[in-house]
Amino acid sequence: MTAPREFHAARWNEPLVMQLGRPGARGQLFPAPEPEVAEAVGEGLIPAAVARKDRPQLPEITEFEAQRHYLHLSQMTLGMMGISLFGTCTMKYNSKTAEYAAQRPELAEVHPYQHPDTLQGVLSILHEFDQILRALSGMDQFVFQAGGGADAAYTMAAVARAYWADRGQLGQRTEMVTSIQAHPCNPATAAAAGFRVINLPLEEKGYPSLQALQAAVGPNTALVMINNPDDMGIYNPEIREWTKAAHAAGALIFYDHANFNGVMGKLSARELGFDACMFMLHKTFGAPKAGGGPAVGAYGCTAELAPYLPAPVVLERAGHYLLDHDRPKSCGKIREFWGNVPQVVKAWAWARAMGAEGIRLASDISVVANNYMDRKLAEIPGLQRSHDNIAVRRMEMTRWSLGPLKEETGVGTVDFANRMADYGIDPWWMSHEPWIVPEPFTPEAGELWSKEDIDAWIAVVARIAREARECPEKVRTAPHNQPVAQVKGEVFDDPARWAMTWRAFLRKHGAEAARGAA
Amino acid sequence: MRIGLVVNPVAGLGGAVGLRGTDGPGTVAEALRRGAVPQAGARARRAFGVLAAARPGAAVAAAPGALGADWLAGLALEVTPLDLPAATGTARDTRAAVAAMGPGALVVFAGGDGTARDVAAALPPGAAMLGIPSGVKMHSGVFAVSPEAAGRLLADILADPDRVAWTDEAEVADIDEAALRAGTIAPRLFGHARAPLARSRMQAAKGSPRRDDGAALAAAAREVADAMAPGVLYVIGPGTSAGAVTRALGEAPTLLGVDAVRDRRRIARDATAAALERLAGDGPVRLVLGVTGQQGFLLGRGNQQISAPLIARAGREGLIVLASEEKLRRLAQPCLWVDTGDPALDAALTGFVRVHTGPGRAMLMRIGAA
Repeated sequence: MTAPREFHAARWNEPLVMQLGRPGARGQLFPAPEPEVAEAVGEGLIPAAVARKDRPQLPEITEFEAQRHYLHLSQMTLGMMGISLFGTCTMKYNSKTAEYAAQRPELAEVHPYQHPDTLQGVLSILHEFDQILRALSGMDQFVFQAGGGADAAYTMAAVARAYWADRGQLGQRTEMVTSIQAHPCNPATAAAAGFRVINLPLEEKGYPSLQALQAAVGPNTALVMINNPDDMGIYNPEIREWTKAAHAAGALIFYDHANFNGVMGKLSARELGFDACMFMLHKTFGAPKAGGGPAVGAYGCTAELAPYLPAPVVLERAGHYLLDHDRPKSCGKIREFWGNVPQVVKAWAWARAMGAEGIRLASDISVVANNYMDRKLAEIPGLQRSHDNIAVRRMEMTRWSLGPLKEETGVGTVDFANRMADYGIDPWWMSHEPWIVPEPFTPEAGELWSKEDIDAWIAVVARIAREARECPEKVRTAPHNQPVAQVKGEVFDDPARWAMTWRAFLRKHGAEAARGAA
Repeated sequence: MRIGLVVNPVAGLGGAVGLRGTDGPGTVAEALRRGAVPQAGARARRAFGVLAAARPGAAVAAAPGALGADWLAGLALEVTPLDLPAATGTARDTRAAVAAMGPGALVVFAGGDGTARDVAAALPPGAAMLGIPSGVKMHSGVFAVSPEAAGRLLADILADPDRVAWTDEAEVADIDEAALRAGTIAPRLFGHARAPLARSRMQAAKGSPRRDDGAALAAAAREVADAMAPGVLYVIGPGTSAGAVTRALGEAPTLLGVDAVRDRRRIARDATAAALERLAGDGPVRLVLGVTGQQGFLLGRGNQQISAPLIARAGREGLIVLASEEKLRRLAQPCLWVDTGDPALDAALTGFVRVHTGPGRAMLMRIGAA
């Protein structure tokens, strides 16, 4: 087996940027305006009522010092270019070609308030990508307003609300049914939209029983929201029966494609009977994740639901693209304008580069890679696959448990995650809440990582499992090779100890601490 | 807080050799014949090893010999063996050791549900119990998740007992092993005991804000109370989850008994089956119930006052169930059980029921006949 590589992170005793520099230090010195300019602008450009009286507290450092500060900070991260087998996150390389495409002036310098006649290029990309997603899902119309997967799930809840209100049944259809193991944003967004949430537990096959769904849906059900496969990596083969059961109760049913990688190009949400679905462009389609917000959840639905979509919708009429704002039944805005368009362009670039055949192949590779990993992880004593009694092969990821190893050594999944960083590997993804297996972890290789990378990752897991038996204290007190030692979770429970702004830092820690090393 | 240790040296013997438990001398002999290796003592040593490392010199009162003290030899602890008569090799030894630990002690035991029952039965006044999981069946709510977790919990308690949450309602339960060996599961509740609760591992791990299950249940209970229909007899309890509905009406619930409410007013407290049936008369009845921890019983464990005729009147549609999501997740199986004493009624109750877990939130659970 590959031996884990030696690694030690840089460690700088780096002050906060507010503690650096000296009064008067500047990155750029701007010339005073020429007399003609000053005269043209005149006094009172900023009304006295809104002009601040004191000077803002900003860092005063040179451009060079700013660069050095942020270089040091970046050296103390793993940089997200390591081996990041994060299940449920579907980590993909964000291609530089797509980045350059999104930075081109044809995109970077346009504004959504321009006349659509001057936006035909970007609108044609949105329309073409809409067509690509229709081909992958069988839906009739996509919108890209949602800023992430949860926002797309919320779009579904908002569309359902508008749909039932239009039929005069919103007072009766008050419930949303989902699984305890679905994407957690499904119950959260449905609740935010005012629906009551009915959760179904996993039963013996590793997914909720069809009987439970049939018992849950009825005249009060507005919507069913479901993933398939879910986070266990198990594909529910009864899914057609699920869509039938939802429709038999008169309810809508939504396919959350958060875990699309294992089935992309292999199935169609529409063919399976779904009314709507969503794709996360920042996962499956290679666009950057961008920290939960500047991402994109592409939401698509059937023609029956299309009138309720958030406006505007991009339409094509005889080779001309237009923004359709005239949608009286629309659920309203989910987000401003048309969503994060640069991300859509990157996802479109990814899909164009992959092609239909490439997308199908990537799906195969991600399933094969996960099954390879499943086999190799099973050889490490102390690790246990979730629902180990179920023989069916997993899809693109598998929920695993460190339960037996924890029982034997006291070393658990958080300790493992901390120790992984010592080998230069991003701490693994554990599980969405609730944790339904003890000490969970969820690897997902996807189509990106090579067999060598996957082997290196498994070798690190095997090494730490050995350490758990030979020197558990070393694992429990990890990380040792990182700039920051163990992060204690209790800090986040105590607002007195953290600060999101400089002002809060001063208030909570006092001027003494603020001066710090400076 | 004084810590005492008692080990049931034969606990867990049956598990590895497929006997589903180790109750009774005949089973012990059979397990040993099948090659079982005793492990409770070694697991006790693991737990106290963690304690000794964290707090060297901590005082422990231990049952003598293989029942305790032997397993602590060489650890950095101050061990005082209890002065007890010669061991008999039976449950009597466990009970005698527990009784000798005195009022207010924290009795740490290595064993399974059978041992937990013996400890609970002999627990002195004001004493609490903590199990080092070493048995085959561990349905009781008094066990740490591992020997090491027990050791860490003990270290925390010695540092400051208030660092740990305590409950007076940890369930002591056991399964009829003969039935389990025959393939059926019929857990029984034997009582409640005082026990320490470890803060959920996952919350500490992820640093997420602590989720308050109690607040979620209280809000669910308010919804249930607000939806009460006039003229209907609501039979409530026992337990804190069902009692939250009584609380939502502004009354203190009878936690270990059954209360009755009609038109949002309590009309009986700690009522008997006869009293409840009399109150119900010919009118409509609904049952507000909690779920027993680990085993997941709705009816027939600890609430026999709710008689079969009353249950039949309510029917499955008349069950209003409250439990935290955490409690449902920790059930041995994703199923709730009923044992009304009437097999036909049990069969009629099987199906699905919504368990209120929070405001606007429910989990659909399967009901099985025990």
